[in-house]
Amino acid sequence: MTVKTPIYLDYSATTPVDKRVAEVMIPYLTEMYGNPASRSHSFGWEADDAVENAREQVAALVNCDPKEIVWTSGATESDNLAIKGAANFYSGKGKHIITVQTEHKAVMDPFRELERQGFEATYLEPETNGLVTLEKFKAAIRPDTILASVMLVNNEIGVIQDISGIGAICREHGIIFHVDAAQATGKVEIDLEKLPVDLMSFSAHKTYGPKGIGALYVRRKPRVRLEAQMHGGGHERGMRSGTLATHQIVGMGEAFRIAKEEMELENARIRRLRDRLLAGLKDIEEVYVNGDLKQRVPHNLNISFNYVEGESLIMAVKDIAVSSGSACTSASLEPSYVLRALGRSDELAHSSIRFSIGRYTTEEEIDYTIALMKSKITKLRELSPLWEMYKEGIDISKVEWAAH
Amino acid sequence: MAYSDKVLDHYENPRNVGSLDKADTHVGTGMVGAPACGDVMKLQIRVNDDGVIEDAKFKTYGCGSAIASSSLVTEWLKGKSLDQAMTIKNSDIAEELALPPVKIHCSVLAEDAIKAAIADLKQKQAA
Repeated sequence: MTVKTPIYLDYSATTPVDKRVAEVMIPYLTEMYGNPASRSHSFGWEADDAVENAREQVAALVNCDPKEIVWTSGATESDNLAIKGAANFYSGKGKHIITVQTEHKAVMDPFRELERQGFEATYLEPETNGLVTLEKFKAAIRPDTILASVMLVNNEIGVIQDISGIGAICREHGIIFHVDAAQATGKVEIDLEKLPVDLMSFSAHKTYGPKGIGALYVRRKPRVRLEAQMHGGGHERGMRSGTLATHQIVGMGEAFRIAKEEMELENARIRRLRDRLLAGLKDIEEVYVNGDLKQRVPHNLNISFNYVEGESLIMAVKDIAVSSGSACTSASLEPSYVLRALGRSDELAHSSIRFSIGRYTTEEEIDYTIALMKSKITKLRELSPLWEMYKEGIDISKVEWAAH
Repeated sequence: MAYSDKVLDHYENPRNVGSLDKADTHVGTGMVGAPACGDVMKLQIRVNDDGVIEDAKFKTYGCGSAIASSSLVTEWLKGKSLDQAMTIKNSDIAEELALPPVKIHCSVLAEDAIKAAIADLKQKQAA
């Protein structure tokens, strides 16, 4: 069996641009380079046509009106525009905002910024499976709550929140509801005609499109208002100024078109691969799957290998490109805050690996990964004093460790 | 993060992995760090009747630099007297392995492990 290494199993970090996507982008760099805002000549018109066509493609994947799509530079900008834009616009109605402890930094940090501006924020603790219950969400609502933000698919553990249920509660209480769907497009069905969601963030590069482009869905009926965060030429109906990146937008449109068309078959294939990976790893002693296995996208498997430290594990398995709950916030040595919010011990959070499977993953790659993990876990456990103690029957949680 | 060749070498081929009998009065055991911090080092030394370290073993739960730091000190300890062993500084370890600033704590931990093992040995032998 020959497998080309390193094997990419980090599709939740980013995906390659699908070749079909790259092909449709290129002419917009070299030939059809007009500014879509130029109204006085055909260069502008053809660029504008391309942008509007892509807007329809994005809208089609999530079943909304193309007029409800605002182009941004990516999901981080969409989250910022939605959260700060809505909170600032509706601040006269109240100052309380709600989110969840397991949200992406692109949601958490705008919330912290709003707190600095005088808003009060509630960060809901999810259940140990990563999901937020409707009861807990309802209990957090106050008369002055104006905005809630809950992600559709979690980037680390892949769990799918009950957006429909949470949105219905928001409607009932007149709360603007934002959803970060960066990890969801092409993985779960999104129907904004049915979903009670007011604002939704999208990214192209998690769905085989280019980096540097995203979109924000802004509901028109009932109309949701935002305070712009970027001022300038009044592009995107004043919500987001800046010359539109035609080639990027065309790429996002094509990527979302392909996602709509191929999602069902692709997800079935990816689920088989994920189940194969899980079946291969779950026989190893002391492994724990993080996050609910049922309410979860098939692309994600996040597992803790107890008594093995995550960074050394990543180093041991450099033939596969994965990310660790130990090093996921780049330079920081803190364990994953997402896994900590699930109530996982520091040790288990430090020992976690996120495998994310995608369009180009093969069965051979999964089998190679299983064999590699098994051999390296064995090797690192032979090195681990914690494993030795566990085997001697010592309860590690009861040991008094010298702080350092 | 880019690791130095020396860290990679110790990580790929760790020296002196294992355990010594901790009940032996000639064996000192140092266990430092905490699982919550992502590093635990267990370092053991065995001295002969002349007080010279004959053998050293380690087990480490931690990143590649932590494993390399402890592997390196087991090599350095062998043949040294306890007084000589006490002079090993974390800066020597960090320099030898070319540890980046963010990994200096690994070398500090290795120095602490030596001191803890020697303290354990002295306590046992005094008893």
